[in-house]
Formats: sequence, C-alpha cells, structure tokens
Amino acid sequence: MKVFMLGWEFPPFISGGLGTACYGLTKAMSNMGMDVLFVLPRAVEASQTTHVRMLTPKPTAGGQELEYTFDELHNVRFLAIDSMLSPYTAPEQFKQRLDEVITLKRTAEHTRPEQIEQDAAGTHHYAGDMFTEVHRYANAAVKLAMEEDFDVVHAHDWMTYPAGIAVAAVTGRPLVVHVHSTEFDRSGEHVNQMIYDIERRGMHAADRIIAVSHLTRNIILSRYGVLGDKVEVVYNGVERNGDTRFIPRSGIAGDEKIVLFLGRITMQKGPEYFLMAAKKVLDEMENVKFVMAGSGDMMHRTIEMAAEMGIGQKVLFTGFLRGEDVERVYQMADLYVMPSVSEPFGIAPLEALNHDVPVLISKQSGVAEVLTHVLKVDFWDINEMANKIVAVLKYPPLQLTLREHGNFEVRRLRWQDAAEKCARVYSDIMVHV
Amino acid sequence: MSSVCFYFQVHQPFRLRHYTVFDKTSHYFDEFKNASICRKVASKCYLPTNRLLLKLIRKFGGQFRVSFSVTGVLLEQFHKYCPEVISTFDALAQTGCVEFLAETYYHSLSYLYSRSEFADQILKHIAMIEQLFGLTPRVFRNTELIYNNDIARTIESMDRFDGILAEGADHVLGDQSPNFVYSPPDCEKTRLLLKNYRLSDDIAFRFSNRQWKEFPLMADKFARWINHVNGNGQVVNLFMDYETFGEHQWEDTGIFDFLSHLPYEVLKHPDNNFLTPSEVIERYPPMGVIDVPHIVSWADTERDLSAWLGNAMQSNALHEVYRLEGLVKQAHDEQLMADWRRLQTSDHFYYMCTKYFSDGDVHKYFNPYDSPYDSYINYMNVLSNLRKRCLETAAENTARSTA
Repeated sequence: MKVFMLGWEFPPFISGGLGTACYGLTKAMSNMGMDVLFVLPRAVEASQTTHVRMLTPKPTAGGQELEYTFDELHNVRFLAIDSMLSPYTAPEQFKQRLDEVITLKRTAEHTRPEQIEQDAAGTHHYAGDMFTEVHRYANAAVKLAMEEDFDVVHAHDWMTYPAGIAVAAVTGRPLVVHVHSTEFDRSGEHVNQMIYDIERRGMHAADRIIAVSHLTRNIILSRYGVLGDKVEVVYNGVERNGDTRFIPRSGIAGDEKIVLFLGRITMQKGPEYFLMAAKKVLDEMENVKFVMAGSGDMMHRTIEMAAEMGIGQKVLFTGFLRGEDVERVYQMADLYVMPSVSEPFGIAPLEALNHDVPVLISKQSGVAEVLTHVLKVDFWDINEMANKIVAVLKYPPLQLTLREHGNFEVRRLRWQDAAEKCARVYSDIMVHV
Repeated sequence: MSSVCFYFQVHQPFRLRHYTVFDKTSHYFDEFKNASICRKVASKCYLPTNRLLLKLIRKFGGQFRVSFSVTGVLLEQFHKYCPEVISTFDALAQTGCVEFLAETYYHSLSYLYSRSEFADQILKHIAMIEQLFGLTPRVFRNTELIYNNDIARTIESMDRFDGILAEGADHVLGDQSPNFVYSPPDCEKTRLLLKNYRLSDDIAFRFSNRQWKEFPLMADKFARWINHVNGNGQVVNLFMDYETFGEHQWEDTGIFDFLSHLPYEVLKHPDNNFLTPSEVIERYPPMGVIDVPHIVSWADTERDLSAWLGNAMQSNALHEVYRLEGLVKQAHDEQLMADWRRLQTSDHFYYMCTKYFSDGDVHKYFNPYDSPYDSYINYMNVLSNLRKRCLETAAENTARSTA
C-alpha cells in the first residue's frame, strides 16, 4: 500500500505533539511495509543535519523543494515544500514571522550581490498571509502528487486539508483527514471562522476521518456536523527507545521535589491552573520546585503571573527543551502534571510514564481515556490538583505504585496498533473507490 | 444425612468523605452517602430477606435454620439511619432458629497487626450482640474469612468459642472434601467449618449468569446437588454475603423465589436438614485435622490477602493506622478512639487494590472512589489529621497534668 501523507516536522525539528505523532505513525507504517511519501512544509535553509540524506533539490515553479530519506525509515520518502507554514503559529503571528524570515535572509552575512539576489529570490513565493499560503501550499502539493503514484491520501490537521482535498480530487484517490486537534481545543470558544471553515470543509470532503480520542470525536460530531460512522478513533502511541540512560541530578538539592510541566505554554495547556495549584502546594509544603519546560505565546504572561503570585523563586522556566535535556528533566521530576483545558490526546504523559515519572492529567484530555494508573483531575479544580500533587510528594508508596503500574501500562500503547488501524481504514475506503 | 448450613455476612463500612490535605475538620465520614447506601440496601436486601426468612422459619416449624454475622459498624449505622432493620434481626433471633456469630466489631485486619485490638474488638462485638439480641455467639469468623492455624489457636485460647469458619479453598483441602467438620492442628475444643465454595458461589455469583451452563438455577435442581452429598459428606456449608439477596442478585433474577422454595425442596428428602454452625459442630465429630499454615480468605480468585495487601499503598496505609494505636489509647478520648477504629475497617484498604483496576467489578461495588490512588490519598489525608488530633490531645493532657 502506498500512502501520500501530508504532515509536519520530523525529528529533530519538532515543535510539539503533532510532529511527534507524525513521526511515530510514519515509522510504524514503514515497519509494516507500507510505502509512505511524506510531504511537509519546510522553510529551506542552507544546511541540514546528518540525519537527512539529500536526494535531489528540485527547483520548480512552486518554490524550491527537497527530497530526502531517513536511514531508519526504509519505506518513507520525504518531499519538503518551501513554506512558512508551521502548526503552532496563529494567523496574526504568521505575517510577523514571515517578515522576520525575509529580513534575516536579506541581511545574511555575505557580500556577493548575486548571493543576496538568489536568497531574496527564494522568498518571493511566500504568500503574505497564512490562508493564502495554505492554498499556495495546496497548489504545490498537487504538482508533486501528479508525478507520483499512490493509493490513498492522508492529511494531518487543518493546514494540510486544502492540499489533501486538492490532491485527492486531481488524482481520484480516497482522502483520510487526521484530526489531532480542532479550533475549539486551540482557541476555546473564540474560534477563527476561516480556520473552522477549512476544518469543516476538510472533514466533509474526506472519505474517512481519524480522531485521536473519543473526546475529539465528540467535538467533531457535535461541532462540525459530521456523521458518526465516518469517524474512527485511533489512539496515539508512544516511542519506546529502550532503556533510558541514568543522568545524575545536578543543580537541585537532594531532597527537593520537582513537579514538572512540559509542553507548549499556551492557553490550551492550562499553565495558569498549574501555577494556581503550585501556590496552594507551596502554602502546604516548602521543599518543592515547579519546572515549566517549554515555550509558547503565553510564556511571558506566565512568568509574570508567577512573580505576581509571589512564587517566582519556586517556579523555573527552562524554555524549549530538546534531546538530552528532555531526558534530564524527566529524570529529575517527581511528578508530571498536564492540566490541559482541552487536550485532544496528549502524548507527553506517555513519555513521562516511559521515564518512570508518575503522572497527573486533566480529565479533559483524550489520553485520560486510555490510562488508568495515573491521577486524574478536572483542570479547573485547583484544590484537588494541589491535593493530589501534595499526596504524591508526601507519600512515597503512592509515587512508587503509580510509577510501577504506569510504566507497565504504557507499554501497550504502541504506534504499531495505530498504524494497523490506519491500514484498516485505508482498506475500507479503497474498496469503495 | 445432608445438613445445610447457611451463613450470611452482613456488613457496610463507614465510608470516608472527600478529604484533601487542606481539610482541617475532624468529621471524616460521609454521613449522607453512608445513610443513603444503608437505606438502599435495607430496602432492597435486608428488610425483604429478613422478612422472607422469618416467614420460612415459621412455615417450617423450626426446621429451617440459618446464621448471621452482623458487624458492629453496620449495627451502628442501623441505629443511626434505619433502626427498623434491627427489629427484624431481633425477630429472627427470637425464633430460636437463628444463630449469630462473632467477629471483629470493626470488620478489621487487626489480627495481623495488633492482637490486643483483635481481642478487644471481638469482645466489643459479643457484648453488642448480647445486648441487642440476648444471644451469646459461640462460633467465630474473622474478617472476610481470613484464617490460618495461628488464628485458630488464638481463638482456642480465648476459651469462648466452639468453632471457626474458613474458606474451603482447593489449596487448603487438597483432595479432602469441605463437606465435613474438621479440627485445626493443636486445638482441643475448636472445630473448623469450611465453606463449600462451588455451591455457595453458584448462588452468590453465578445465579443470574446466562452464560452459565446451569442457568437457570431452580430450587429443586439445587436441592438435588445437595442430595448428591449424601454418602460422601455430612454438611454443606453455604457461606455468602447477605447482599446476594436483592443487591448482587437483583429481585428480578428470581433470587427471592429461589430462596423461598429452597427449604421445601431440601427438606423433601427425609435425610436432609438445616443446621446452624453450632448445631453442626455438636452433631458431627471432626473428620480429621486440616493444616493451614498460610493465610487463606474468601476474597477474589486468589483466596489470600492480596485484595488488601497487594501493593505498597495498602501495606503502608495499614502499617500507619496501626502505628497510631499507642497514641490513640493514650489520648483517652472516646471520639478519637471511635474514629481510629472505624478507619481499620478492611474496606478502606480493599478500595486501594490495583489488582483488577482495569476491569475490577466486585471491587467497584459501592466503591466511592474513581481509582485506588484516590482512595489512598483520601485515607492518608484523614490519617494525617487523626494523628495531629492525637498529638494535640496528648499535649493538652500533659499540660493539664502538670498545671
């Protein structure tokens, strides 16, 4: 089976769960023997890393493209379309980012005028606003698709839906849209109407919709006017990378407890609830520090909030973490908290459990549907959140039992199973074509 | 001769209210929830079944006989929430056909942690039964039929009991039959009655299971199984939770009809009769000695202690509550003592079990918690507060005595 997949970043260029999910799913599909042609937006830079083996850079009318492969993903070919699209940029910020990139390219430190010309030329095709860019991207994707052969189109999250619809229409192949999050998760009730329209159009044009949880499926059914039998639930999995190396703690006192928040610092993830619970915990016990690892549009406001609440000394902000730093922060943590306001799934708790860290998650998350050996709380119930945090820090047997059972439980959440379910969905819709 | 010996366990714990680390109140128990559950079970089970048994006892002129053990904590709840239930038990006691057994007043695991508590709780329970029903228990059963040789020896040494009940588990019996009276090792007076778990669970668990090959279970079919014991057994010990009638098996399964026809069907065979545990012990000499060095119980498929001591949280909680014994007793405070003892009820630790968390049915019945972790957190928060109260009372006492 050959899949034309429209997705997002790949390691190491990951900015959130979407990239992680795409990687996990694609890798599992590759291991199953499925051929995947993975198209992603990537603002082209001069140098790449060694993970990536460049095939042929293809300058085409749609902008410069790159084709490459990863050694560990045998059956996957990547095609990057030069685009500014990124899954976590809101439309207002898109223009800002675009301007920044263009300025950067134009003021790069080389003096040869031809070089400057060439670089500047590389940006001429970026559309000025996000929505136009989405459609330009769809165009570029169609041009790529017409030179390829595949059985099904699989589009991840709203920005790729127009591309998915276009490719499916032009090639006559069935379309699967994969909903990792909806506008309601990201923006609460103040949805952006244009994004909502794109999401809705994508869901209605698709032959099948995949939701990452029943929570998300319910939102799709109730808010987008979709019929139940069109939506499948396929839970995300988690990568198990073998034994985690032991990295000794440093910089934090021996008996000091660490409560970890790891994720984008944005409204959806409930950072203010984390802080309010932290305050209550600190009223009850002293030797605990709260670490917020991540960055996001609410980061500055959150830092200010911590200071205003008088707990600034006890809350540490690490910024965005990658690679070994992520390992290290999990090693240090006594508890991982995910107080999300609306989390379609939430892979981070699974990674925490993989690293032997007990987990407290919001009941308003998709992952709460699949985990039993975790603590659960309503995101707004700060009292109970603090109660549970204190309990884990105060009672070692609780931490121990959660760790043991949680680590065991997470082993049955495999990308393999997600990939197999996707394959079944593909077979279903291919029959009808 | 086939003697049918019915024993019904009647118990409800004092469930805790939601108690966070920020709570300072000394009111630990959820009065509203406990009252609702008590009254609900009374109306679905205790009252209708007691009335049915009374009717059957009178109808068969003394030939139909049963036994109960009603825990002290439930009797307290009856007093508070539905005293009419006590009067139905009293009526049963007055028939002379009903035996009441003794157990720990608080349905606790105190045997494992404090022998003095164990003894005190048994005496307190006996006193209450005597006071309410004018009967003195002569047969003992430990919480959830937790049993081994040592427990038997302890009971023997108390010099108050003629017998003790236990689970007729396969790994205890070997190829012996539960349908005889036995002796524990080194015991002269105490006799051992072992539950016939197959026949007991046919009624208590399988009765309404449509996938069971013997479904539907009619009284005459069951009586025939009892008859089969004739010739290679003397007594059929049917030990079960009283909530079988009306709660675990709802009225519409026909469980009450089954019960009401059973005495007739059993007594049709002239060799059969119904006996209470004391009467069984009196009539049948022990067939041999049963050696039970390791603890057995009637809980779950394992029939051991894992329902209450299967993980670190449970053993920690149990350890901590019994660690307070000295402090609590020194405080000489009745309310403190009552609270501490109500925290010993085995249910609290049962709720912390992670064994079947993914698919636990039985553990979830009337379980007020969403997860075993929530129950541990709640319990430990309450215990923290209790400890604080003990220390405060001790400090006051010292201050007063030195003043």
